[in-house]
Amino acid sequence: MPQTLFDKVWARHVVVAETAAHPATLYIDLHLIHEVTSPQAFTVLRERGLSVRRPDLTLATIDHSTPTLINKDGSRPFVTEQAGKQVETLLANTEEYGIETHGWESENRGIVHVMGPELGATQPGMTIVCGDSHTSTHGAFGAIAFGIGTTQVGHVLATQCILMRKPKTMAIHVNGTLVDGVTPKDVILHIIAKIGVGGGTGYALEYCGNIFEQMSMDGRMTVCNMSIEAGARCGMIAPDQTTFDYLKDRKFTPEDYDAACVDWASLATDKGAAYDKEVYIKAEDIMTMVTYGTHPGMAMPIAANIPIAADEAEEKALIYMGMTGGAKIAGVKVDRVFIGSCTNSRMEDLRAAADIFRGRTVAAGLTTIVVPGSELVKREAEAEGLHDVFTAAGAQWREPGCSMCIAMNGDKAAPGELVVSTSNRNFAGRQGPGARTVLASPQTAAASAIAGVIMDAGSLV
Amino acid sequence: MTFAPLKTVTSKTLVLPAANIDTDQIIPARFLTVTSRDGLGKHAFNDWRYHEDGRETDHILNSDAAKACEILVGGHNFGCGSSREHAPWSLTDYGIRVVISSEIADIFLSNSMKNGLLPIIIEKNAHQWLLDHPGEEITVDLKTCEVRLPKNGGTFGFNIDAFSRHCLMEGVDEMGYLTAQNDAIATYEKKQKARREL
Ligand code: SF4
Repeated sequence: MPQTLFDKVWARHVVVAETAAHPATLYIDLHLIHEVTSPQAFTVLRERGLSVRRPDLTLATIDHSTPTLINKDGSRPFVTEQAGKQVETLLANTEEYGIETHGWESENRGIVHVMGPELGATQPGMTIVCGDSHTSTHGAFGAIAFGIGTTQVGHVLATQCILMRKPKTMAIHVNGTLVDGVTPKDVILHIIAKIGVGGGTGYALEYCGNIFEQMSMDGRMTVCNMSIEAGARCGMIAPDQTTFDYLKDRKFTPEDYDAACVDWASLATDKGAAYDKEVYIKAEDIMTMVTYGTHPGMAMPIAANIPIAADEAEEKALIYMGMTGGAKIAGVKVDRVFIGSCTNSRMEDLRAAADIFRGRTVAAGLTTIVVPGSELVKREAEAEGLHDVFTAAGAQWREPGCSMCIAMNGDKAAPGELVVSTSNRNFAGRQGPGARTVLASPQTAAASAIAGVIMDAGSLV
Repeated sequence: MTFAPLKTVTSKTLVLPAANIDTDQIIPARFLTVTSRDGLGKHAFNDWRYHEDGRETDHILNSDAAKACEILVGGHNFGCGSSREHAPWSLTDYGIRVVISSEIADIFLSNSMKNGLLPIIIEKNAHQWLLDHPGEEITVDLKTCEVRLPKNGGTFGFNIDAFSRHCLMEGVDEMGYLTAQNDAIATYEKKQKARREL
């Protein structure tokens, strides 16, 4: 029987098959951990006298609570003592259990979903979990990758397995030619606006069509990253030559690389395989997108008028955002710009932003921070001189981490401030109590920083 | 994590009707720097309940009536957003044992079951009735998979995964079940290793 990419990868990992009475026991090939969602899981291990079954399949980093500035004396300005303690707890736990950890001294420390692929730890055909919902990012490599809660982090540490029922599958086909200036971020915002924030609930998504085939790995990661914003726990793209080229010669790349690539190539969905649901989108219909409300489904073309609220919840969202239904969104005043997060903090993103900043200046009174996704991205960007472009334009160049995506480390906006952000969530208060978030691509974020108002990069003079 | 078995819950309902209540609303990220899971109830819906200077707002969640409720009825698509288990931890610590909505996000649903918090997805009409009648005393019966409305207002059923139901009713968690599969896991690992070395 013809099978989908998801079916094939799933089947390879079933330890005990699912029945009406119990879910499947699914084996996990790679478990990524970070400081926020792991401490309570290690506590459970200790309480029960369990050990870590496969420290060799576990990889740790520190990213969420970490400061993006360094004090003059080299120390790190943690936002609270507790945040510092959380990082120390991770480092102590992983040391105790022998887990490879990319802490302060590692050349590869970074946002967990940026670091995994860079190390080549993320590979096609794997099952990958992390206590973080944007684990869906790794699906860009043709892996089944999804976020889990802390209890399940404990399960995976102890048994390398989780209990799960097989989700349904949904194919999202995007074919045609993208309009000039439309980026992967615009593609995924368009998809979420179309299927809705709950539209993917219960499904594993597969992105199909020439648009994804032609996309770089950085772009594919941006797309898969936001699958969760449509309610889907994972989103995948079939591995192909682009994937194989990316993974060649990385730290964890398999030794017999050609054989691995042959195996990986066989994972693509077979002709005639059935999905539970299919969605078709014309590439030509996708415009440069921004969000205007308080969830990622409230997204619109930047050139359009803000939709009139359809119900009380949308009305509330517009009031929170200070937006007026029927008015233009382009031209709305911006207080801060954040370029970073596991959605858009890789080289392709930073290069795109730098192209806009080059020879221009950030608008007066506006704060812009650029936060690379990892130490590696930081080094590569600096080697290309991108950091000089950002600072010459008046933007700040910071240390890698999640930063203003989740605003746990003290990087945040003040109440009422409007932030154009390349991250993935525009929930009320996500970037600080009362802060208002507009999600956009790095190009749109950089153009808005220059203009001081929400602006399409194509309209910059 | 172990928790008290959950068979039936009778309580007045606390209704938060907004759609798409995300986990950043349930517990804002700045409270996630904890390294234990206890005592998070005071931060449940923190930014709805407190002014910036820490004073309580007049939000219903601060009322004694709300604090006595064990059943939370939320608007459509409850619990969307992050994988933070701090969300169910904060709700159970606040005193909630059942969450009802017409749609509940996957990860929140899964996290809740593992912490003795019963998430129930019900059809639109029944959901609407509950939204329209805040504070009514209802009974959730996990034995029969039914929600009973007051004054013989009728009952309606709900579906729940058989395994999760068993775990909730017996107060058992999944760790024991998984560790008992040690042999199957070891066999799988051997086979996988052989496949890699072909
Ligand atoms: S950048 Fe944001 S979404 Fe990504 S892992 Fe960090 S907090 Fe999560």
